[in-house]
Amino acid sequence: MHLPADDILRDTGYVAGSAQPSVLVIACGALAREILALIAVNGWSHVRLTCLPAILHNHPNKITQAVEDAVQTHARDGLEIFVAYADCGTGGDLAKACARMGVKMIAGPHCYAFFDGLTAFAARDEVTSFYLTDFLARQFDAFVWQPLGLDRHPQLLDMYFGNYEKLVYLAQSEDAALTAQAQAAAARLGLAFERRFTGYGDLSRALEAAI
Amino acid sequence: MSDDDDLILSDLNDDELVDQMKDDLYDGMKEEIEEAVRILLERNWTPYDILTKSLVAGMQIVGDDFRDGILFVPEVLLAANAMKGGMAILKPLLVETGAPKMGKMVIGTVKGDIHDIGKNLVAMMMEGAGFEIVDLGINNPAEDYIGALQSEDAQILGMSALLTTTMPYMKVVIDQLTEMGKRDDYIVLVGGAPLNAEFGKAIGADAYCDDAAIAVQTAKELMARKHNVAG
Ligand code: B12
Repeated sequence: MHLPADDILRDTGYVAGSAQPSVLVIACGALAREILALIAVNGWSHVRLTCLPAILHNHPNKITQAVEDAVQTHARDGLEIFVAYADCGTGGDLAKACARMGVKMIAGPHCYAFFDGLTAFAARDEVTSFYLTDFLARQFDAFVWQPLGLDRHPQLLDMYFGNYEKLVYLAQSEDAALTAQAQAAAARLGLAFERRFTGYGDLSRALEAAI
Repeated sequence: MSDDDDLILSDLNDDELVDQMKDDLYDGMKEEIEEAVRILLERNWTPYDILTKSLVAGMQIVGDDFRDGILFVPEVLLAANAMKGGMAILKPLLVETGAPKMGKMVIGTVKGDIHDIGKNLVAMMMEGAGFEIVDLGINNPAEDYIGALQSEDAQILGMSALLTTTMPYMKVVIDQLTEMGKRDDYIVLVGGAPLNAEFGKAIGADAYCDDAAIAVQTAKELMARKHNVAG
């Protein structure tokens, strides 16, 4: 399957997959590549994927409404819908909306937790770590550095990251170039670096259960 | 900043200068803010007037525009930093000149959470409104909050959380106060982007506050109510 460009996933959203689907996955753009990979390896030819812009994450109060709108738009098509979002900082609002609309979503607080595995993540209790995923390693500038204004105001670095010790790269894939990018990001933030291979973690389990 | 800019600032009359300060605060111009504060002090403004009429008033505009999605986090951080510069000059003078004392607040981000931009902003605006602030920083267990409330003889507890995983910890702190029979001794305010009023009520806080301006207003109202009940 053809992979979408990252800036499109960040800002615009994206649609791909089966032309005659019975299941629709509405996902965060930050999960598009991973979900497309899972669709491909599992041969889920009945699944269609539609992604909302990943950048919504910087305004979590807009996530619930955006997902609700997407569900409503597609409800007419009569497909079974799965929402590939965790809570993502909506403070429980997204879960309530999904329950109200009768659609399932991913359990847990955010993608860092479900890639790692919810139980493993909670047990680590890593307070002073900042996480990257494959998507964020690739999109570090556009998703972290620029929105935080660090390109224009490098003096803010310490106010943002002064209390952090380590950047943990939760890797979904084996990719040396991406690992180097994550490591470079850690260096720019002045943090120690650790790579942790997670694969798709609870994302694949949640999708397998839903599809 | 260049001497030219300084010259221009001191050429302005009071009203123009205060307007300029609001603009400079909005643009996060720390040096200009510090310079303007000094000019107003030379013109015999009281530290309290400088604080409320220029810095707090200016920061309120920044807060409103952040709430309305016009400004994002870096602009807020820069503005807060500029205000901090002005406050640093005014703080010792405020004590000397007997500015109004509204009450004492212990504030901190809860255990497991190290987001502190919003918490710092609330602390600064509360300070600007005349509250004394004991800032416990980030990642605070219940015993730190409760210990500080007691040792500092504070009236208000403020807790901040930005993560879905850490917001429930606020209830742990409140429950512990209740168990000690001390819950009603304090006004408990909570805040942070993922929270809402319903959550604040469910965990037994006195109020959830959407932003720093509302925090100041709520703290003032609840302090006044407390005095009325006590008196
Ligand atoms: C900036 C930011 C960061 C900065 C924090 C820098 C710092 N020193 O604080 C950085 C980049 C380091 C960061 C790290 C992380 N973050 Co962050 N972060 C944000 C972001 C974009 C903005 C938060 C902010 O500072 N806002 C600006 C201030 C002014 O607003 P505020 O905090 O809401 O505060 C106002 C009110 O809420 C209120 N208020 C706040 N506190 C209090 C307290 C009291 C007593 C009162 C009365 C009022 C009050 O008044 C304030 C002023 O008006 C939010 C998304 C968002 N837009 O909210 C995500 C967000 C909170 N982060 C998130 C996540 C997941 C993380 C990380 C785990 C990410 C990672 N890759 O590792 C780590 C967490 C590490 C940890 N252990 O804490 C998620 C949370 C998701 C969830 N399910 O909970 C969010 C929602 C983004 C998202 N949608 O994914 N983050």
